[in-house]
Amino acid sequence: MYRYDEFDQKLVDERVAQFRGQVARRLSGELTEEEFKPLRLMNGLYLQLHAYMLRVAIPYGTLSSRQLKMLAHIARKYDKGYAHFTTRQNLQYNWPKLGDVPDILADLASVEMHAIQTSGNCIRNVTSDHFAGAAADEVDDPRVWSEIIRQWSTFHPEFSYLPRKFKIAVTAAPKDRAAIKVHDIGIVIRRDASAKLAFDVYVGGGQGRTPLVGHLIGEGIEAGDLLAYLEATMRVYNQYGRRDNLYKARIKILVHQIGANEMRCQVAAEFAEIKQHGALTLPQAEIDRINAYFLDPAFEKLPDEDLTAQRKNKAFAAWVETNVAKHKVPGYAIVTISLKPIGGIPGDASADQMDLVASLAERLSFDEIRVSHEQNLVLAHVRQRDLFELWQTLDKAGLGTANHALITDIIACPGLDYCDLANARSINIAQALSKRFADLDRQRNIGELKLKISGCINACGHHHVGHIGILGVDKKGVEYYQITLGGSGAEDASVGEILGPAFGEADVPDAIEKLVDTYLAARQPGERFLDTYRRVGIQPFREKLYAAH
Amino acid sequence: MPLIKDNAFVEDTFARVADDAALPEGAIIVSLKRFQAERDVLVPRNTPLGVRLSSDQSPEALGADVHHFALIELEFPKFKDGRGYSWARLLRQRLGYKGEVRATGDVLRDQWLFMSRVGIDSFEVRAGTRIEDFRAAMAEQTFFYQPASDGVRSVLDLRHSRPAPFALAAAQ
Repeated sequence: MYRYDEFDQKLVDERVAQFRGQVARRLSGELTEEEFKPLRLMNGLYLQLHAYMLRVAIPYGTLSSRQLKMLAHIARKYDKGYAHFTTRQNLQYNWPKLGDVPDILADLASVEMHAIQTSGNCIRNVTSDHFAGAAADEVDDPRVWSEIIRQWSTFHPEFSYLPRKFKIAVTAAPKDRAAIKVHDIGIVIRRDASAKLAFDVYVGGGQGRTPLVGHLIGEGIEAGDLLAYLEATMRVYNQYGRRDNLYKARIKILVHQIGANEMRCQVAAEFAEIKQHGALTLPQAEIDRINAYFLDPAFEKLPDEDLTAQRKNKAFAAWVETNVAKHKVPGYAIVTISLKPIGGIPGDASADQMDLVASLAERLSFDEIRVSHEQNLVLAHVRQRDLFELWQTLDKAGLGTANHALITDIIACPGLDYCDLANARSINIAQALSKRFADLDRQRNIGELKLKISGCINACGHHHVGHIGILGVDKKGVEYYQITLGGSGAEDASVGEILGPAFGEADVPDAIEKLVDTYLAARQPGERFLDTYRRVGIQPFREKLYAAH
Repeated sequence: MPLIKDNAFVEDTFARVADDAALPEGAIIVSLKRFQAERDVLVPRNTPLGVRLSSDQSPEALGADVHHFALIELEFPKFKDGRGYSWARLLRQRLGYKGEVRATGDVLRDQWLFMSRVGIDSFEVRAGTRIEDFRAAMAEQTFFYQPASDGVRSVLDLRHSRPAPFALAAAQ
């Protein structure tokens, strides 16, 4: 994975020193909270309902063991012994003290990490495929390009005061594991007819208040021109994105209002101008330099394992079926570590669990961990022969839940338990549903079902793209939950449709159960929930759920 | 309002002229609207001419006239309104403007460096601003990942021993 050189390190170290000064000025009263706010937000420090929250960037979700151990150390030393992995592949500490934050940032800098641009109206942490470098279907390692974009976007002087926050996601596989079509910019890397890398740039996707699927704006952009094309897109947005209304300020609204065609023309014109100057052409030497950090680790020549004997253990067999994916190299496997234990808080991990995963990665997966946007961890390069031992160790630590992509692999935002913006709690609903569907055989019978919960319209829990989405709303001080069906964040991206009137907290599990039963009764062989929904439409679900009302 | 240029306080030699006021002698700043209405009077004056652009006015509206100006003032009505950063880059890169670009309005300490990078080279600052604070803020970052308008060699250039892509006399 990428390692900082002296330039990268100096940038981050200087930032820590700068923020230390700012915190000192705040604590001494020289800065008011109002003056301090934009400064702390530049460093990922939010003021939530009960305390400060620090959001740490995990670029494209890739961590070394050393980094994960440091995250565990910080959770133990400065927080309450746990942390929360987010849908942006980041990590959040919920209880840091302001005076400690400069030390936390210094600890992060010591392992080449930071909290820069995890907040504010700038280009946020670049996200990518959590199976990058391991998936058989990718045409190149998307982390190379994510790192190039990370550097270009860090402290970009022109694009740090955009109309609104800006999220970029990158994938290099036909199967989209990075939800690129619901990002401000989504990049699909492919190979053209002559096997050269070509970049398709989707613009104007997003969730939140106005969920929209991105449009293909740039087609077949050449590698050397990628940054110039991004700069052109950002400049059009910075000039013409709306600034009069916070809720209409994302690039998706601009694209929606002027139309994809006009957007394409404007970006093309800007791109042509920028190219004339040539300054942003990415030198091949830099592409090669970054590529070298992402070369394959030293895979052994191994046969694929026959795990028949171990599979006699039913629990292990179930885990292999759901949480282990095919690797591009024979004898290896990709392992998803579920952070969704039955009844747990989605995405939370204790310091001990983080340490354990870090040690396992060190020993069994070439020292590397991924965070998925589905709030799980991934060991990308595990020898198949080590799977049984790995599972046993994980299972003992509460990390062996065999539910990846099943109904209890729930995405949920922190909701009203923590978040200043939330209208309703999300964690309580996630826990209730997780318990309701705890039975593993039942979950496996239901099959792939992406259930996503947000505690407010900002949609951090991605409810718009859940096969089943749940949105918490506030009705005169009471929490209600609105259900959407048929969303998808994958290559077949779609926005879910609202089912009908919202349900009270206590009625949500029954409602979801009725939806699942409706699907089970209607499904044809091989269909997932989403497939059945797309075939039969929303009506049968609606009738079943609201028939009695 | 105090004015900083080249890392020091300087006297503002330009007079801001309202749209309906008579034109005084000497260096003046007028709005884009007034410039467009009275171009034929303003251009032949043999004194330095400045134009004030609000944050929703692109300097591309100036067209080839851009070179008649000694000063282009970019207004930042709120610190969150970042359009001026793009206008500055258009001025420097696209329009080849070499005169002074001044930032006015609601500007935070931590924005000066970014502004300087996009080609702004004079800053109206809040009363009470200390020059040491300005200098310190401008020195808080040693390396820069991306090329901008300030002629500084980016990290990319430094890594691969390339010269800076722009060498603007106007920028620091």
